[in-house]
Amino acid sequence: MISRVRAADLLPLAVLSMRGRPLRAALSTLGIAIGIAAIVGVLGITRSSQADLLARIDRLGTNLLTVADGHSVGGEEVPLPEHAATGIARTGGVRRVTATAGLARVAVFRTDRIPAYRTGGIDVRATDPSLLGTLDGQVATGVFLNEATSRYPVVVLGHDAATQLGIDRVDAGTRVWLGGHWFTVAGVLQPFELAPEIDRAALIGRPVAAEYFGFDGHPTRLYVRTDTARTALVAGMLARAANPAEPSSVLVSRPSDALASRLLVADSVTALLLGLGAIALLVGGVGIANVMVISVLERRTEIGLRRALGAARRHIAVQFLSESLLLSLLGGAAGAALGAVATYAVATSRGWETLVPMTGVWAGLTAAFVIGTAAGLYPALRAARLNPTDALRTS
Amino acid sequence: MSDVVLRLENAGRAYPGTPPVESLRGVDLTVRAGELVAVAGPSGSGKTTLLNLAAGLDRPTSGTIRLAGQAIDGLSDRRLSGLRAYALGVVFQQFFLMDHRSAVDNVADGLLYRAVPANERRRAAADALDRVGLAHRAGHPAGRLSGGERQRVAIARALVGRPALILADEPTGNLDSAGGAQILTLLRDLHADGVTLIVITHDATVAAACPRRVDLHDGRIVADTGRPT
Repeated sequence: MISRVRAADLLPLAVLSMRGRPLRAALSTLGIAIGIAAIVGVLGITRSSQADLLARIDRLGTNLLTVADGHSVGGEEVPLPEHAATGIARTGGVRRVTATAGLARVAVFRTDRIPAYRTGGIDVRATDPSLLGTLDGQVATGVFLNEATSRYPVVVLGHDAATQLGIDRVDAGTRVWLGGHWFTVAGVLQPFELAPEIDRAALIGRPVAAEYFGFDGHPTRLYVRTDTARTALVAGMLARAANPAEPSSVLVSRPSDALASRLLVADSVTALLLGLGAIALLVGGVGIANVMVISVLERRTEIGLRRALGAARRHIAVQFLSESLLLSLLGGAAGAALGAVATYAVATSRGWETLVPMTGVWAGLTAAFVIGTAAGLYPALRAARLNPTDALRTS
Repeated sequence: MSDVVLRLENAGRAYPGTPPVESLRGVDLTVRAGELVAVAGPSGSGKTTLLNLAAGLDRPTSGTIRLAGQAIDGLSDRRLSGLRAYALGVVFQQFFLMDHRSAVDNVADGLLYRAVPANERRRAAADALDRVGLAHRAGHPAGRLSGGERQRVAIARALVGRPALILADEPTGNLDSAGGAQILTLLRDLHADGVTLIVITHDATVAAACPRRVDLHDGRIVADTGRPT
């Protein structure tokens, strides 16, 4: 003849107490809910944004390298040799190369009535028709330069430059005042994520640059597409290939590295936010423990009655522990749902694919379970230790 | 003897202090199956201590107590609790019902610690409520019942597991005279049906209505109408 409780009765017992004090139950789960929501939300939003970033990096390609002129050890400007592109094109692993040259003293305006100092920060660059292919870019409207138009006063505007000049469509009569000459606008480019300097540029052909502005043929920046697998190797060889005489003055960079570094930054921010979520969880656990301790004090009569009805100490302990666990798990579930909704909302508003990390959800629920157990342990033992005659006397 | 439900032999309960407070000392009491015993005495006479010992809620500091044939001294907490769950029913002066739960659910709790499935508990609870004349109130929240009805629900809860012994602590103490009389009639009816009852009371009317009366004073039995001479 030993006292026993069916496992199936534990949940109704725990629910019973919560139904008696629904507001208190809701408030006491709030801390856990906020903690789990923060963890799931932070993980979900970070994953969604990282997935988007990775997809963008993937789409843009990691095999684009840029070669720019730099300075010598003595601090003097060292221009790239005129035939730098040829040297680079001969390098193994290079698929395409296109040279561009900034025309320092040439500015572009919407009309010839605009004062010369209001350049709007738009660069004029001389380049080849192959630039679009090398950058894997797209024309938003109109066409890009070709062998023919490169010889005439024709310009293609980068995305930001077109916006700056107030040009949103291209027709036969669209012209800009470039370096003191009227240039016909042939097209406007889509933004280039990996080459923002092109977005801010007005691009003209190298022949017309030479003819109108005395361009000497020295490039200032080259864009290089490589075999993806050999990108790092090629990057190491480009300086010497571009300027064998002074390779140390050549700047070689990989624009996709800037995007990839954002992943690392995001990781460190995530760690910080997860830490805050963990603190919220801890506070939530303390809140539940507090509510459970108060509950034990308030329910001395019930504890005494249950002992009189045949409950052993362990049954009282298990009852209070299951209440604490239930509160915690409900908070955990609400928090996970809230985190998922927040992730969905943020991802949708930013145009990312929603990624709710299930590991985060499970980790959150496991944390809620552990916290519920830890928070309920002391009150449960305290309730179990209560002497039934004392418990009944206090009423 | 097999029909002995409760036996206290030289039982005592002292509480620590200087000097120790002896609530009960040298009590010998035997209650057989089918008896209705009133334990009467003034405040501080040890009635509640006797109830706590007889209900297995406390252990004696001297002497022995046998409940339903088992000595409670050496029993583990779980076994002593099992004894309370299976062999005992307790009715309290304050009813101790869960007000927001229905009468039938309150009564069904009397079987919770016997691991009886929920539907069986409710079926037995409905029968017990019928037995105390409250079948029509089964679904009502306990908090909305009258005092007399609440005490009947509490009696049904003590009765639901058909225990060997029901202990009632001042069962009419919180009721008006009409309600008290009804409860007393119910207890006598149950006794007539063969239920063994010990009623702790300081009410002379209640004590007089019981076939056997045990008087306590200063922790000792000073009179017992059922003591064999």
